[in-house]
Amino acid sequence: MAKRSLSDKLAILADAAKYDASCASSGGERRSSRDGKGLGSSGGSGICHAYAPDGRCISLLKILMTNFCIYDCAYCVNRASSRVERARFTVEEVVKLTVEFYRRNYIEGLFLSSGIIRSPDGTMADMVNIVRTLRERENFRGYIHLKTIPDASPELIEEAGKWADRLSINVELPTENALTRLAPEKSALSIRRAMADVRTRRDAAKEKSYRGKRPGRFAPAGQSTQMIVGADTASDGDILSNASLLYSSYKLGRVYYSAFSPIPDASRLLPLKRPPLMREHRLYQADWLMRFYGFEVEEIAPAGGMLDLNVDPKLAWALAHRGHFPVDVNRASKELLLRVPGFGTRSVQRILNARRHHSIRYEHLVSIGCVLKHAKPFIILPGWTPGHLPDDANLRARFTAAPEQMSLF
Amino acid sequence: MQMVCLPRIGTVAAWRRQARRLLQAGVPGENLVWQTGEPDADLFAAPEKIADADCKTPFTLTKSALTSIETALHHKDPERFARAYDIVARLASGRLRWGDRSDKPLHCLLGQEKAVRRDIHKMHAFVRFREVGSPDAARRAFAAWFEPDHPIAEAACPFFASRFGDMDWIIATPSLTARFENGTLSYEETRNFSPPPEDATEDLWRTYFANIFNPARLMVSAMTSEMPRKYWKNLPEASLIPGMIRTAPERALAMQLAMPTEPSAFSGKVRPMRPAPPDDGNLSLDTLKPALDACRRCTIGSCATQAVPGEGPSDADLMIVGEQPGDIEDLTGRPFVGPAGQLFDSCAEEAGLDRTCAFLTNAVKHFKFTPRGKRRLHNKPNAGEVVACRWWLDFERRAVKPKLLLAMGSSATLSLTGSGESLLQRRGTVEKAEDGTPVLITYHPSYLLRLREETQRRQAKSHFIQDLRQATSLLRSHD
Repeated sequence: MAKRSLSDKLAILADAAKYDASCASSGGERRSSRDGKGLGSSGGSGICHAYAPDGRCISLLKILMTNFCIYDCAYCVNRASSRVERARFTVEEVVKLTVEFYRRNYIEGLFLSSGIIRSPDGTMADMVNIVRTLRERENFRGYIHLKTIPDASPELIEEAGKWADRLSINVELPTENALTRLAPEKSALSIRRAMADVRTRRDAAKEKSYRGKRPGRFAPAGQSTQMIVGADTASDGDILSNASLLYSSYKLGRVYYSAFSPIPDASRLLPLKRPPLMREHRLYQADWLMRFYGFEVEEIAPAGGMLDLNVDPKLAWALAHRGHFPVDVNRASKELLLRVPGFGTRSVQRILNARRHHSIRYEHLVSIGCVLKHAKPFIILPGWTPGHLPDDANLRARFTAAPEQMSLF
Repeated sequence: MQMVCLPRIGTVAAWRRQARRLLQAGVPGENLVWQTGEPDADLFAAPEKIADADCKTPFTLTKSALTSIETALHHKDPERFARAYDIVARLASGRLRWGDRSDKPLHCLLGQEKAVRRDIHKMHAFVRFREVGSPDAARRAFAAWFEPDHPIAEAACPFFASRFGDMDWIIATPSLTARFENGTLSYEETRNFSPPPEDATEDLWRTYFANIFNPARLMVSAMTSEMPRKYWKNLPEASLIPGMIRTAPERALAMQLAMPTEPSAFSGKVRPMRPAPPDDGNLSLDTLKPALDACRRCTIGSCATQAVPGEGPSDADLMIVGEQPGDIEDLTGRPFVGPAGQLFDSCAEEAGLDRTCAFLTNAVKHFKFTPRGKRRLHNKPNAGEVVACRWWLDFERRAVKPKLLLAMGSSATLSLTGSGESLLQRRGTVEKAEDGTPVLITYHPSYLLRLREETQRRQAKSHFIQDLRQATSLLRSHD
């Protein structure tokens, strides 16, 4: 086989990495290179440097170290039995790409993942080596997200956490059964144990000793994970309750939901259809409701239940719980205001601030930034009464697209 | 009418200086005309000196208000200076409350602040440097041309100085050019309006951009809402976008229509095998963990991280049984290491009981909890779960053969004696397990943690220590 150029390898290994959704580069440690001794900065909100026509942001250089893999996960384009072209980056190549792209302001940093070659430990050691070179030799102070291999040894995880900002381990599928069926070499147990390990180390890294000395840094931007949606038969209820287990157990920064998309050279075990993008979108909305709006999983999606694809989950909840509405905007608690469709966390905070000074009128809500088209039937305040709307049998129809007569001929 | 001229470089700082001076002199906003650049002859405006000396009481703005106003002053709206002056004057006199969005000018200013912040964010994202010096130089040199919507160069460029501290760079915008050389950031009016020459690395970047795109998920509106077309002309990757959009549907369809392939012959050979958990037939205390982890006799197991088997010498005389692992135990896989475990340790020390000589375990081996945000709330295992998990506790009892069992809390008592009721009356007493082993009943240490009343807690703790002492004396009398 002829030696591949850097550009060919980049094409193969970027293509192999594109099914991983996570891209965030926010939070973590504040660093800068104002001293002129290094390259890069991080902290604060992440920046998306470009967008591909699939609407996904490009924030980090997302590549695999290699797409050779000894595992055979049915949903993955790089599984052992797939016939895709294979390539492998050297340490120098990854370092060069990262630094050159970073200097031209194309990226926020590196997101390095890898197929598993030889053994989990061998692969993890190579990845750690890349990150160490970037940090120590190149003085790179940008963001680094490292995909962790569940079965790697604790020393390697410790070192990975020292150099990287964020570690992630993908749970891949929402249920244990699906994982055993579609990814026979992976085990839900070792994935969870690896996440528990990262959380324990992070907690330990935050605790100061009695002399006020901080222990070494460990993944300051936390950990995240990804679940594939639509490759198995798991319902939205299963997916979200698994997500809430993960958030509470391992203090994850994010759970990413990735609609299963057809891949080149697919396995027989999986459906080759259009990715369920709307379902993915609704799952993210539900995830936000759980994290920032005080909703519990059971309220949004009952066990085994699916989310409504036509209306967003908050509106669906409001439509199903008309008894709580209309809400008096001038008197209601913060918790209840957060449940009004069309009110976001920021507008609720503005309402609470404004309420201390004067009574809020309907006109004020516009300047506060509420989406009144959604909020109208659910609120009452000077200047607006919803009348019969909260009890209207056709209320749902106001929010969905009008039904269309299909062609009869 | 009085004209106030602000320089093109350092405009906002100059506005702040002037505004402070004018406000302290009590000049009303309607008497002022604000302007940037060289003063030109205005028909009605005559530059006029105001005395600096006659200061009134100083006033202060909150930090967030000041940041918002200064950000909004980078907007291109020519009215911005007058509006901000008017707002500050009303804030100072108490006629306006900061954050009151029902006030039209303030609403407008906050809207402009948002627009400027977005513009700055997009500049941070979409500036593309091209190398203009030698790649081997000690400090490499780069240049970029960028067209923001608003005159934001001075607000946006300090970010690049802290990010690209070890290289020299120039960012030219239609109004100002920022120059960063040897660690010093300076601004000048733009004279050269042509973008820098192309850079070879842009081809690699285009390769990356083309390959990170998944044609099966084409969503053009999501892209253009975040990366509007107006920015495209200065982005090296944007030339690929139309072609990517055009060919996406057929590429996606081709992937769907392609038949699944048969795996290559050797692919099975490289695949590793996961070790199977040992079967129940030849279990020992040392090989217990994998089988216990895989246990699904009840539903708790599938939510917890791992099972927590007992810990201690396999010939211990005393076996201490708790309820179930907690948050920390679940994460680390060891029993009694969380807050309740620490309390147990301190009480045991006080009672003269050596933890390392006892076998510590739980009635239920997995953690049962309810998720609440980023925390897990402990749930008491129900009788069915305790009974299901008894198989494992019985296994540990058969292996260790303790002379005394210490049941802490009702779940452990239920598991060992068959009844977990009226614990408060039974505590401190010795009952018999099914096989005749004596069972000393006491509180669970987490009960002591939950008691809010100080006197109650102290009393319960002394009972608990007393029970631990009783355990050691019972063992001694047994010998």
